[in-house]
Amino acid sequence: MRHLLSTADLSRDEAIALLDIAEDMADVANREVKKLPTLRGRTVVNLFFEDSTRTRVSFEVAAKRLSADVINFSAKGSSVSKGESLKDTAQTLAAMGADAVVIRHGASGAPRVLADSGWIDAGIVNAGDGTHEHPTQALLDAFTMRRRLHGAASRGKGLDGVRVTIIGDILHSRVARSNVWLLSTLGASVSLVAPATLLPVDTTAWPVTVSYDLDAALGLSPDVVMMLRIQAERMNAAFFPSAREYSRQWGLDDDRVARLPADTMVMHPGPMNRGLEISAGAADSARSTVLEQVANGVSIRMAVLYHLLAGSES
Amino acid sequence: MTARSVLQQADIARALTRISHEILESNRGSSDLVVLGIPTRGVLLARRIGAILDGIEPGTGTVGSLDVTMYRDDLAKNPTRAPARTDIPAGGIDGKTVVLVDDVLYSGRTIRAALDALSDLGRPRAVRLAVLVDRGHRELPIRADFVGKNLPTAADERINVRLSEIDDTEEVTIQ
Repeated sequence: MRHLLSTADLSRDEAIALLDIAEDMADVANREVKKLPTLRGRTVVNLFFEDSTRTRVSFEVAAKRLSADVINFSAKGSSVSKGESLKDTAQTLAAMGADAVVIRHGASGAPRVLADSGWIDAGIVNAGDGTHEHPTQALLDAFTMRRRLHGAASRGKGLDGVRVTIIGDILHSRVARSNVWLLSTLGASVSLVAPATLLPVDTTAWPVTVSYDLDAALGLSPDVVMMLRIQAERMNAAFFPSAREYSRQWGLDDDRVARLPADTMVMHPGPMNRGLEISAGAADSARSTVLEQVANGVSIRMAVLYHLLAGSES
Repeated sequence: MTARSVLQQADIARALTRISHEILESNRGSSDLVVLGIPTRGVLLARRIGAILDGIEPGTGTVGSLDVTMYRDDLAKNPTRAPARTDIPAGGIDGKTVVLVDDVLYSGRTIRAALDALSDLGRPRAVRLAVLVDRGHRELPIRADFVGKNLPTAADERINVRLSEIDDTEEVTIQ
């Protein structure tokens, strides 16, 4: 594996291997010296064309824990705002000797372009491209589920038989797409719940079931409820009448949480719109994994960087 | 080249028993002893040594494992290796005498990596090294304190250690 562009490219064995490496990386976070010398002398560039807090910081912490040098590059305040193209930016980074490029871009497929173009000879990690994919988020979600379900005995296991319900803005969500592919590869059964306007036109090729009624879906007692953020920045049309109506029909409020089985996990990729898609009570309850997801994100990204950078191709 | 057996099951058991006694002797008893195996077969040997130590002086066989993958100096030259488990006993290693256990001592680079890994985990009072086979050809100034068998080899020969826990037989062969 040279690049991580899409979870659809991952086989079950590859995905489980990454999750297992992340288990070892998680142990490092509990040590006195939270650092490994593994990627000493390697350079990781965080190339962020879209705003991000947790993903960028998470990749930065992950690279630093592996002793790689990190260069943060955001489109704001760089030559991109003067009109530099992706090609020129990539070639500049290549000339500076980047070994891996972590890219977030508003255009779906930008990481693939970078990986296939030959502009730069570096491992490419997709950190979110438009409405396409966000593979490390899906990996950390799967890792969080596996840890909650199996604890210390997680290694080597998939997510067979786990029932995951993903709720909200599926149409614009790269998190949902990456999760659909990864979770079904790992053996989970995925169902999507959203207003019809926020579902892709055609989901027949997806390994999912689709419904529109949140209360009916929650009545089936899923093992995991994954709420998605309402992405106001991508809402260029009226997808639902008002925020209050969305919240009433598809938001996870305190009543709905109270009706779920005690061991159902509530996940959210962050940042949360409290009061819109998720209530504060749901976000802060013991079943919420939001903070675990952030902590696990570092372990997963360490595993990905290790996997892409530590060995040589052969 | 055909494989030639150099240690049989009974030889391995005898060597481990002798090593265990030597560990206790050099440590003047077994207070604060931690036996750490290096994956994969070092961990199995460490468990056996721990069991023997427990048999000689009950309550002394504190065993763990120490993965050195992330500290190796040849990572970039090989395909990506999956790391193994590091499992440090609850008491930690600060102030303890740590005995590293591996199956074969060759270039010494694995042990160099293990020493680096240890220093990130704490500060042992002393670190000792026990190996089942020392085959020579050191590339670093490292030596073993407890050796099961010294085996002079040519650099192009291969030493295979097979242990019954994960292999179908139990022997050391050279080929």
